[in-house]
Amino acid sequence: MDVINALVVLANFVIVPGLAYGAQLALGALGVTLIYGILRFSNFAHGDTMAFGTAITIIGTNALIAAGITFGPLPTALIALPLGIAVTCLLLLGTDWAVYKFYRSKKAAPVILVIVSMGVMFVMNGVVRFIIGVGDINFADGERFVVTARGFREATGLAEGLAIRTTQVITVVVALFAMALLFWFLNKTRTGKSMRAFSDNEDLALLFGINPDWVVKVTWMIVAALATTAGVLYGLDKSFKAFTYFQLLLPIFAAAIVGGLGSPLGAIAGGFVIAFSEVTVTYAWRRVVAYLLPEDMAPEGLLQLMSTDYKFAVSFAILIVVLLFKPTGLFKGKSV
Amino acid sequence: MNPAIRSPLLFGFVAILMIGTGLVQGWNSALLILNMGLISAIMALGVNLQWGFAGLFNIGVMGFVALGGLAAVLISTPPTTGAWAAGGLNIVIGLLLGAATVIGAILAQSRMAPGRVRNLTTLAILVVGFFVYRAVFDPGVDAIEAINPSVSGNIGGLNLPVLLSWPVGGLLAAGAAWIIGKTALGLRSDYLAIATLGIAEIIIAVLKNEDWLSRGVKNVIGLDRPVPFEIELQQDPGFVERAVGLGLDPVTASGIYTKLAYSGLFVVVLLILLWMAQMALKSPWGRMMRAIRDNETAARAMGKDVTARHLQIFILGSAICGIAGAMMTTLDGQLTPGSYQPLRFTFLVWVMVIVGGSGNNFGAVLGGILIWWLWVQVEPMGLALMQLLSSGLEDGSALQTRMIDAAAHMRLLTMGLLMLIVLRFSPRGLIPER
Repeated sequence: MDVINALVVLANFVIVPGLAYGAQLALGALGVTLIYGILRFSNFAHGDTMAFGTAITIIGTNALIAAGITFGPLPTALIALPLGIAVTCLLLLGTDWAVYKFYRSKKAAPVILVIVSMGVMFVMNGVVRFIIGVGDINFADGERFVVTARGFREATGLAEGLAIRTTQVITVVVALFAMALLFWFLNKTRTGKSMRAFSDNEDLALLFGINPDWVVKVTWMIVAALATTAGVLYGLDKSFKAFTYFQLLLPIFAAAIVGGLGSPLGAIAGGFVIAFSEVTVTYAWRRVVAYLLPEDMAPEGLLQLMSTDYKFAVSFAILIVVLLFKPTGLFKGKSV
Repeated sequence: MNPAIRSPLLFGFVAILMIGTGLVQGWNSALLILNMGLISAIMALGVNLQWGFAGLFNIGVMGFVALGGLAAVLISTPPTTGAWAAGGLNIVIGLLLGAATVIGAILAQSRMAPGRVRNLTTLAILVVGFFVYRAVFDPGVDAIEAINPSVSGNIGGLNLPVLLSWPVGGLLAAGAAWIIGKTALGLRSDYLAIATLGIAEIIIAVLKNEDWLSRGVKNVIGLDRPVPFEIELQQDPGFVERAVGLGLDPVTASGIYTKLAYSGLFVVVLLILLWMAQMALKSPWGRMMRAIRDNETAARAMGKDVTARHLQIFILGSAICGIAGAMMTTLDGQLTPGSYQPLRFTFLVWVMVIVGGSGNNFGAVLGGILIWWLWVQVEPMGLALMQLLSSGLEDGSALQTRMIDAAAHMRLLTMGLLMLIVLRFSPRGLIPER
């Protein structure tokens, strides 16, 4: 019985939040990895792209709610998501046309593009703050829980409750759907295949008549969709704040690098590796261990490896360890 | 334009900006901007050393600046009574054990034959070492943080003159840079950048959470100053008399006096570092660095030890950022770990280097002061612009409020646009490398 209770505590505080956070990171890392694979630079503006898409979605959500349209038990933001994606698409295509295209045609060194993306990051950060301000915004509506702690206790008769928030379920479902769609697109469609060819060997792809401009455009559109979805899911699960999204850059990069930059499968694996390490290292294990050990051996301390504020430190430490032992990540990434 | 004319013209322009600020907004504000501008110029000098000379992409500036700030606390504050006796021994032994764990793991990695046994041994050393370290370290931390936490709660410092913390801040940053460089400099440019970004976040996380060391988010306030306090000057009859003699209000005069004293100190440091950087740039060492930057493979083929040179310049540049950090904390009179944000302390410094001119020390200095002036002034300018634009609107209307609120966020947008425009149309900056 105690083992079951321990498992429930674990599910409640580690597995469920870890899965949701991992799915959000994986979607973010997929965007970073696609840009790295096809446009060949690390995009520092990715966190702010996520923030922009989310900000537009929030505005759409507010408009829908004001018009009396809601999504029943689901968050209204899901209806506004396509709008967010569309506007972010326009923004990214515009940015590419106004900024990146010039450097691409000049065949500038990747590091120059990284610095340029820092400039874009500043501008996007400013734009987001212009649009929606710097405050904390909670835009999740509808049903809060799929399973409540009390309901779970009453139904199972266990001492421990399990709470699963609606946003956590939606996150995992939407993320799985988006990933499946992406892999279908990359593996089955003509454009997807030419993107992979372009990523593997640019010259060879050009030789075979692949239109580079089209590949670049499609990449940005997919990145817009992934970034907006990741941002909206993160915002629904926690809350929206421009600065938090900028800070997400580090775990997202860590996820992409741990998985191997340029590898979509790696980005997903990396997202979950980073998320679960962050959660397990900063979780206080006392209650789980207390259930598993005999009563007189119950631990005194919190059994927390590190304080929660070291979250970023954990993702980075993993990044360094992986880079030292597997310089191109878990799934062989590429290097420019 | 001929660089011999261009640089003085640009520096003259910055001087006019400062004087204009003094005339319009008062000399206290102008000197405040100038002082932070001088510190920013030193940070830009450090980044320029790494990026402009050697092509090293370091976006962990914030971490080194923060370490310099920590030095100011550790050097100048008085030791907390009883702290060392309560937990000092545990802390020191704990840190030594932690270091021993890491060294043990590294030794195991390098001495043992590759294979499963080696991996398991390394893992065992790390896990056991971590728990031993926590068992020794934690009681020490608890003991120290229990000592009057509202006032102290940290071990305090050495009670030495705060000026001494400037070189010490440089040393502290250099030490951290050595450790980071040893692990991360082998990485490719993008990876190195992200690694340094992460390390800076770790340093800030440590400063925010290790209350025994830096008081964390409770901040260390009331640091020692190398210049007299305004209030002392105002109580000094001789000073008041002189101020009145010059036709100044004693309160304003005391502010200007202390700020000028700071400016003097900062200018001295800046000139020393600038001179050293110029000598380095012109020396055979500087030529070698640029040769490595421009063609690493060729330099390696010529027998240059690229990794060692990169480590060297990474340490030097970071040390300069550390010095600047200590100076900044001295100027503020407080260490506020929560206020260190990458946008301000890393990316803004990069804007300074890019706009000023990477590879040129004078460019970095110019960029530092100019961009800092803009960073401070863009907000009031934006506000004025918005007020002008919305003056036709009805007072208190939603759009007008919205526009005036938005002005507060002009800074980031302007900095980004400026950076993009310079990168596009003048990629070598305002004062290009010769």
